Amino acid sequence: MKTRLWATTLMVLIGASLAAQDMPRFRWENFTTANGLPDNHVFCVLVDGNRIWTGTENGLGLYENGAWKIFRPADGLAHQAILSLARDKNTGDIWAGTMGGLSRISAGRIDTFTQLNSGLSNDVVYGVGVQGDFVWTATAAGASRRNTRTGEWSLFNERNTPMFEIWTYSVSPAEDKVYYAVWGGGVLEYDVKTERWKDYNDPDGETELVLMKDQGLIHEITTSVSYVDKILWVATYFGASRYDGRYWHNFLQKDSGLPSDFLNQVKGVDANRAWFSTDKGLAYYDGENWAVYRPALGTHKPEMLVRDAAGNVKNIPVQTAPAHNYILGVDFQGDDLWVATAKGLSHGIRQKDSVQTAQVSNAKVLTKVSANKVITNEATNKK
Amino acid sequence: MHGRSTFRAQLWLAVRIAAILAAALIGIAAQPASKQAAAIRDRYLSPIEMTLSSDGRVLYVVCEGSDEVRAVDVESGKVKSSIPVGHVPRGIAISPDGRLLYVTNAWSDTVSVIDTATLKVVQTLPTGFEPAGVVVDRSGTTLYVANRLSSDVSVIDLKSGQETKRLLAGRGASYLALSPDGNSVYCTHIYPNPGKFRTPPNSEITVIDTARQAVVERKPLHNVAGVFHVALSADGKLGVAAQLRPKNLIPLAHVEHGWAFGDSLTLFGQDVGEAVQIPLDELDRYYALPWGVAITPDKSKIFLTTAGAESVTVIDIARLLKAVRTRRQHFVNDLSASADYVVARVPVGDNPRGVALSPDGKRLYVANRLDDNIAVIDTASAQVVSTMDLGGPKTADALRRGERLFYTARFAFQGEFGCSNCHLDATIDGLQWDLEPDGFGKDIVDNRSLEDLAGTEPFKWNGGNPDMPTECGPRTERFFFRSQSFTPQELTDLVTFVYSLPYRPNRYRLAHGDLTPAQERGKAIFERAKAKTGAPIPEENQCSYCHSGPKFTSQKQVDVGTGKLTDRSPVIDVPQLPNVAYSAPYLHDGSARSLEEIWTVFNPNDTHGVTNDLTKDELNDLIEYLKTL
Repeated sequence: MKTRLWATTLMVLIGASLAAQDMPRFRWENFTTANGLPDNHVFCVLVDGNRIWTGTENGLGLYENGAWKIFRPADGLAHQAILSLARDKNTGDIWAGTMGGLSRISAGRIDTFTQLNSGLSNDVVYGVGVQGDFVWTATAAGASRRNTRTGEWSLFNERNTPMFEIWTYSVSPAEDKVYYAVWGGGVLEYDVKTERWKDYNDPDGETELVLMKDQGLIHEITTSVSYVDKILWVATYFGASRYDGRYWHNFLQKDSGLPSDFLNQVKGVDANRAWFSTDKGLAYYDGENWAVYRPALGTHKPEMLVRDAAGNVKNIPVQTAPAHNYILGVDFQGDDLWVATAKGLSHGIRQKDSVQTAQVSNAKVLTKVSANKVITNEATNKK
Repeated sequence: MHGRSTFRAQLWLAVRIAAILAAALIGIAAQPASKQAAAIRDRYLSPIEMTLSSDGRVLYVVCEGSDEVRAVDVESGKVKSSIPVGHVPRGIAISPDGRLLYVTNAWSDTVSVIDTATLKVVQTLPTGFEPAGVVVDRSGTTLYVANRLSSDVSVIDLKSGQETKRLLAGRGASYLALSPDGNSVYCTHIYPNPGKFRTPPNSEITVIDTARQAVVERKPLHNVAGVFHVALSADGKLGVAAQLRPKNLIPLAHVEHGWAFGDSLTLFGQDVGEAVQIPLDELDRYYALPWGVAITPDKSKIFLTTAGAESVTVIDIARLLKAVRTRRQHFVNDLSASADYVVARVPVGDNPRGVALSPDGKRLYVANRLDDNIAVIDTASAQVVSTMDLGGPKTADALRRGERLFYTARFAFQGEFGCSNCHLDATIDGLQWDLEPDGFGKDIVDNRSLEDLAGTEPFKWNGGNPDMPTECGPRTERFFFRSQSFTPQELTDLVTFVYSLPYRPNRYRLAHGDLTPAQERGKAIFERAKAKTGAPIPEENQCSYCHSGPKFTSQKQVDVGTGKLTDRSPVIDVPQLPNVAYSAPYLHDGSARSLEEIWTVFNPNDTHGVTNDLTKDELNDLIEYLKTL
């Protein structure tokens, strides 16, 4: 009996240890106004090859070749508060959703679309995404879509969709589907082929109760959607959800590695992996294990927590952390991360040490770890 | 005193009646020619662009007026073949191996691919709206097409024949040049980029990286509206773009002081460092509408057609670069400067446009668009040595004569400008002008479209000119050209031409005249007689009341509350609406930058139609419908 207990304990420890070794580690470099950032309150970040676009409360920052360039309304930007960013992968143009309209930045030229000079539904543009010839926006008065070839605007709201709440907060367009996070109205799905809309709502209604977990969206107050590899990831102020087209899986602080149920953004890496921006740190989920990166809530010292599938949590010693635990957004640059926080922009530079450690400590697991890592890197690069 | 006054009044009345009768007669005289226009127009070729075979023996000429490409044997000067292409061809490029020609068809929204061996169209490729300039990359695998109406550049994969992307260019994207190393495509545009009301116009040279197929730079052209051909030297170190610098923010009363247009070039590239603008005009003579440009292979000279001055300007590059380097300061408005580097003005034919240099740089071919021939210039002596006739009609009818009058600048004081300076290629210029000597900043007017004007009289934004002869005759003499203008015959010819200008194809209409659901909803709003509350909308405040009839104008003058404090009267002529999508900005003074702003900004009291009860999506529907008209 004692032997079995020891064996079980040992397996748990090894499991947690392996999970800890497998989770990505970063050296964090942080940017603030002290080193060129337009403002410390960073709403969003977008990786554009070697260039980093950063939307802040007071200007759009472009980090390139080690220097910041700042765009503000005097340069033609719709508003100084930049809430969302998207890149047209076909043309390279950058679209910025702001508190005062939508701006397109194309090789230095800025054109602005507002509710007065264009068909945009509302000037508060929380979310923006580009798919093919269409620019989709999530605004405070519903969804707007601009056809970049014809200039036609199409508006989607309570009159022509199941959108009973028009405060759209985030959009994730793809070739087959376009998803909207509707703040207080769940998730809306647009089928590109049929041009029909469908809504997804919390089966528990507009309450904070979770009576029917994994039977639908975790909460109506959705803040972010990310549709990747036919999987929908959803962030809400009361937990996160994953939807594969048939089944829902919900994540709460109490039964996952999420450091908080209050989420500002989710960004899927692929069908199994995602990054969650919460008010208590940046979380990563690899389909089984969790990692959290933040300045520790009490001490503000750099902290990395790893939680394995069994719920065992390990504190990994780290020297650096994101600029703040209040995370608003994340984007990927190969294996690196760029993170928008309430007090600065953070660059997570991926460290390979954990893999090298695994190679020394466990040759058998090494094969699996290495293989996974290769797949991971390829998948990330494909994004 | 009273008697004299009465006599003067009667005399004045008699003169006015006589003038109106004369104008009406001229107008009537013009009508038959106008009606003949469609039947006779195809006879004229209107060569506009050219390219040479790689051995320099065959000149391929794009004939805009006859919808064809003519292949000319350079040695004999004879046309050896005519190849029908799409409607209104406007640009041409040859593949690196010389086997294929690519011809843009502006009114078909296509590119015709011609096999140079068989001289037949072998493929037709789709483009954006109103394709003009075209270049093919050095590998011959990607085609770049500048689309004038969609203001972008189509990137076409020649293997699949598919347009893979459209890159945002300047408004009215029209001309392209490939850098000698093949790494970059430069794009210019004929209308200024949208800007704030009554601010200096701005344009750009859009630079596309051919490896990334993305726009990587936009070279700003300040105070420029109307940029035409762009060319690069063989070493890639000097770029040249032909352009206009309109002075539209001050009254046109200052024509005699040279304050209407500056004909100029922008130089860019390693030879000059930061882009610099240089003047082409002289103190007492203007060389209107710089258009086609070529640089000799040895980079000794720039040849530039000045389409309104019926000439080719020759610039010595060494002297030009010296002037740029020594002057240092901004000198584009110093008309004495051109003497430093302009070495010749070579008279050619009517409305010279595209140019092509022989591979050895010894011959320059100039397309005399309104003479249907090609002038051949010896580049060493800067003289026309021969003219190659393309086979068009030998005589010029009223339509052709009128077209020549429209495109020439010779009637204006010192040859400053012609009709086509503001009506670029008989369209608009996207600018607002302070035309009449009524005081600074009074009666600012937006440039109006000339498409299919019959039945839209009277003219001017205040409806002050009852007919086209008045519009083109006394008004032009008095307020524009500051010179004795056209003879009665010339005026008739000019009116004939202006009335002959057709609508461009509308790109927003579905086939068979169907409307999309949004357009249908917009049509219902346009035609509604009741507000959403159910209250009747007074007839005179319904969209379709003023914008009625086949041209969507009642031809009346009304006050819809859009007058400004600077207007002498708030009463505005009801504008026609067909192809309204193409003619931004809007309202009589161009203060509405988009169709939306007509109602979101300038209709607070529902005086320009009842629109404030509309939701945003309903207003979008209305606009989608208007774009189909």
